[in-house]
Amino acid sequence: MIDTFVIPLLQIVIVLNATLVAVTYMVLLERKVIAWAQSRLGPMRVGPYGILQPVADAVKLMIKEDITPVRADRWVFTAAPIISMVPALIVYAVIPFGPRITLFGRSVPLYITDINVGLLYIVSVASVGVYGIILAGYASNSKYPLLASLRASAQLISYEVAVTLTLVSVILLAGSLSMVNIVNAQFNARVWFGFAQPVAFVIFLIGGLAETNRAPFDLPEAEQELTGGFHTEYSGMRFALFFLAEYANMIVVSSVATTLFLGGWLPPFPNTPALHFLYFVPSWAWFLIKSFVFLYVFIWVRATLPRYRYDQLMRLGWKVLIPLAIANLVVTGIVKVLIG
Amino acid sequence: MFDTNELVINMGPQHPSTHGVLRVVLRLDGETVVDAEVVIGYLHRGIEKLSENRNWTQIILLTDRMDYVAAATSNVGYCETVEKLMQLEVPRRARYVRTILCELQRIASHCLWVGTHAMDIGAMTVFLYAFRERELILDLFEEFCGARLTYNSMRIGGLPLDIPPGWDKKVLEFCKIMDGKVDEYETLLTHNRIWLERTRGVGVISGAEAAGLGMCGPALRGSGVPRDVRKDEPYAAYDEMDFDVPVGVNGDTYDRYLVRMEEFRQSLRIIRQATEGLPEGPIVGKVPRLIKPPAGETYHAIESPKGELGYFIVSDGKSTNPYRFRVRPPSFCNLQALPRLARGHLVADVVALIGSIDIVLGEVDR
Repeated sequence: MIDTFVIPLLQIVIVLNATLVAVTYMVLLERKVIAWAQSRLGPMRVGPYGILQPVADAVKLMIKEDITPVRADRWVFTAAPIISMVPALIVYAVIPFGPRITLFGRSVPLYITDINVGLLYIVSVASVGVYGIILAGYASNSKYPLLASLRASAQLISYEVAVTLTLVSVILLAGSLSMVNIVNAQFNARVWFGFAQPVAFVIFLIGGLAETNRAPFDLPEAEQELTGGFHTEYSGMRFALFFLAEYANMIVVSSVATTLFLGGWLPPFPNTPALHFLYFVPSWAWFLIKSFVFLYVFIWVRATLPRYRYDQLMRLGWKVLIPLAIANLVVTGIVKVLIG
Repeated sequence: MFDTNELVINMGPQHPSTHGVLRVVLRLDGETVVDAEVVIGYLHRGIEKLSENRNWTQIILLTDRMDYVAAATSNVGYCETVEKLMQLEVPRRARYVRTILCELQRIASHCLWVGTHAMDIGAMTVFLYAFRERELILDLFEEFCGARLTYNSMRIGGLPLDIPPGWDKKVLEFCKIMDGKVDEYETLLTHNRIWLERTRGVGVISGAEAAGLGMCGPALRGSGVPRDVRKDEPYAAYDEMDFDVPVGVNGDTYDRYLVRMEEFRQSLRIIRQATEGLPEGPIVGKVPRLIKPPAGETYHAIESPKGELGYFIVSDGKSTNPYRFRVRPPSFCNLQALPRLARGHLVADVVALIGSIDIVLGEVDR
């Protein structure tokens, strides 16, 4: 009874809330890091060093007037942010924050569930999120969001191909689609897959930036061109949902990258006796540190690079990343067969 | 249901990257610009007509409000035009200080340009870096004349005030800081692959065509035409200065960018020469108490940061205000080229092009 219902329920509540808090603080972190990069201070007013800024933002967004344009498609307009947000949250169900540990004399896994098609689940659920953006642009019945949603659909579909191909090469190495087994495979291989699959790792990072609409691929919301892109007509909490979904997706991509390429909860060069002292750091801490590094890189990239143009972005995706990913996959397959 | 109409989109007047209240009506095929129409006039304040009812000194204040990011340059242009009409001799020290102010102003204006141009293309950090250095220049201006944006910093026949003690040292100090900062902007942009892809081959225009459209300043020099009023028809103390006029080769957005980046360095060179060789002497020439130019008309142009800023003034010789006051604003002339440049490019390029021709709407509409 406790194992089948109470513990999973508790896990879901904890993960969901932790994610939402992490997302709001992610916004603050981004503002702070970019501010440091630009020799400013960032938010400083709400609480010491602005640490209560997310609370203020949340309150503001909740009490703001929620406007639906008269000519918008009401139902789709309301559904779009939800379609965007929900997949970003339910993906966390299969992300392993750590192995099975013993807590209060009871063996508890540090993941909600471990299904044998975990990676496939992530890929398919994450693709649903794209519909939110497309529908938002369509339902707004406005020109800039329409252009943005066209951009978004083209961009996300083409980058998903490249990203999924890199995932396949990892699956070849691990021999499993389960997230937990992929980490265990890295434990057995004594090396993170990021070192075994450097090409896939880089393509995944670039594709991850593109899939989460982050700079330099933030075309669907290119503020300077499309005045805000697909969420131009949104306000209040519905806008906030899009905003939160973007950051939730960033955390998802970081977590997946950590799990697949940086050994999840494992320390560097796991299963090496000489480095055994690294297990001193708890497993979930390793996971969080590595994810944080990715998130920091995402922000760093945004502070540094200009934005790609739509046609250049498509060219990069179809002519560079996808062929590279396919070549990498083929080479991985051949090596795997030869080594056995 | 499946018709392939062109999409007409209003870019502006409220749009984050039209640099003020510019409205561009874009006809799009997908994202490709079929045609662009520039609609101006949202910031028209009738400065030319107003000037006909102000006395000659009061007009200096109005010229501040035209190119408000380079107010001192507009002041200098106007004062020199009136001096030309009255055949006044300006003391050498005043001409030197004018040169320093003009070049400081050019750097400030280019700082704003590089910041917003990069911001339009998505590199937001350059924007704040450039504003950080612009602040230093505004501080220098504040010390000189007390204002930070609309300076009213010239008088007909010279300067209102001499430079404060120690000001020239601060200018030289600023030059030293700025040297490194220009390199810093270039590190972030010049060899950046994304920046190259976004600017190379975008909005290509030949020198002859650019000149035919009336383009001027860095936008024209980017196409390889070495036209610079400072060299061709020297004013202030430019005939005594040693500097180069950078020109581009391809006439695209990237070349216009490179030209302006090099102008940063040339301006610093001029400022150093002028500050180190600053002569002693009076700051105002022999100016009659009541400024009343003789009947006649004159045209005088200077090189503002945006291009050739010309004033055409008619005086009837009787009243204490001009009979006709007309400005040739560089931004207005450069803006004419926007539809020609934008045609066939994508929406994202339009914002890059608006940044690349460097307009100030206060000057376009007057």
